[in-house]
Amino acid sequence: MSVVLDAARRRGRVPAALLIPAGLGLIFLVLPLAGLVVRAPWSTLPQRLTEPGALTALRLSVQTATLATVLCLLLGVPLAWLLARVEFPGRRLVRALVTVPLVLPPVVGGVALLLVFGRRGLLGGWLDATFGITLPFTTAGVVLAESFVAMPFLVIAVEGALRAADHRYEEAAATLGAGRWTTFTHVTLPLVAPGLAAGAVLCWARALGEFGATITFAGNYPGRTQTMPLAVYLALETDLESAIVLSLVLLIVSVGILAALRDRWITGP
Amino acid sequence: MSGRRLRTALAAVVAAAGLAVSGCAPDEAPQAAADGRVTGTVTVFAAASLTESFTRIGRDFEAANPGSTVTLNFAGSSALANQINQGAPADVFASAAPAPMTTVTEAGNADGTPSSFARNQLVIAVSRGNPKGVTGLADLTRPGVKVALCTDQVPCGAAARTALDAAGVALTPVTLEQDVKGALAKVKLGEVDAALVYRTDARAATAEVTGVEFPESARAVNDYPIVALKEAPNPAGARAFVAYVRSAPAQAVLAGAGFQAP
Repeated sequence: MSVVLDAARRRGRVPAALLIPAGLGLIFLVLPLAGLVVRAPWSTLPQRLTEPGALTALRLSVQTATLATVLCLLLGVPLAWLLARVEFPGRRLVRALVTVPLVLPPVVGGVALLLVFGRRGLLGGWLDATFGITLPFTTAGVVLAESFVAMPFLVIAVEGALRAADHRYEEAAATLGAGRWTTFTHVTLPLVAPGLAAGAVLCWARALGEFGATITFAGNYPGRTQTMPLAVYLALETDLESAIVLSLVLLIVSVGILAALRDRWITGP
Repeated sequence: MSGRRLRTALAAVVAAAGLAVSGCAPDEAPQAAADGRVTGTVTVFAAASLTESFTRIGRDFEAANPGSTVTLNFAGSSALANQINQGAPADVFASAAPAPMTTVTEAGNADGTPSSFARNQLVIAVSRGNPKGVTGLADLTRPGVKVALCTDQVPCGAAARTALDAAGVALTPVTLEQDVKGALAKVKLGEVDAALVYRTDARAATAEVTGVEFPESARAVNDYPIVALKEAPNPAGARAFVAYVRSAPAQAVLAGAGFQAP
């Protein structure tokens, strides 16, 4: 009896060496948010919120981040599967290349996108001449910039989930005659669904906050390419309070959506 | 054991934080030396359009004041004004228009009254050789001509708006850039056909762009004010730099860059 109690107490005691830095970490993350809340101009908040510019930027942000996540899922999940399940020469190099957008300053990513998809870019000139498609300064350009920056988050999360998943289910499916595609859709995907959802949410959140690549590649025009982070940055030029309000709105909407998704799809222990 | 290790780790964190904080203010006591020359770091927040000329003027100032270092921070004037009003440790503010300067003086952050040190006006920056044959503002509304402007919140955007209104030209740009260098970069990259930028910016980039003068720019001339800041970490350096910008050698640099005298 006393042995059981001891064990429980031992499990229950949190070492100070972990608790203190954990607390400091939490404070460090939460304090800037508190700063936003404290400095927000609460008295004029309702009228600022209903300014058409703010809602337009918010709608554009949510739309483009969602489209970017869809694009990342379509391209990123197969890429993650390839990295996790198929042996091929240069796999380590490919994995390193996939993470490049993580370490690249987003503004550099935006310039790089211009050099490829811009009017004088490697592909952009051809796209324009052949299909009449120009991407810079368009909403599609925003989606592209956000996808470039956010896709590594999805690929890494899904690849990790695939590696952690039990191979034997897939092998069992194969011995029962399922092809690789059927195994992928009927066994592998359901198996890694939580990891997939977590990756998609991370990807969406990153896309929603994207600034540097977007303003560089897609420019800034209200209603077309001006997402919330751009609106916040430009409001900061002249009107700090308006920038704070826009930041708060983006924060509340993103946290709200993430919390809702988390309850629904990502069930933790 | 774990307690001691934690204390060591905490001490390291505190020391690092201390370093970061002290890094904001130059640790060599900045002040005028006995002979009146300026030493220490002079931190200058200057409008993006001053990039080339103030880089040169900063070097000349350092040469004239051995022991001094000029640190330059270039951005849109309004963003700089905001940073200063939020307590950024700057010594001097040089704005591309009176409006951002006014926000600094109204917040009580200026040391004395700002003085005008240069004037600038807009040109149409087009790709080198002017492939689209742009000769005036009206040409910018032709179909197939993509235009970048500065956003209205920054001086080059406000000036562009004034000039376009004066010309009676209704223009839909493809992008509203956050500062004049951003607008110019889009022309250099060939992503837009034209941008309204300062004459000095077009002149600094003659390898890639051509500046097309247009008459309405005379209606939107920007005055550039400069001021030493009240909270300047290096007050003597701040005043000396402001005086230097108004001196003949610095004015010659500004004129060479295409600025007009105040």
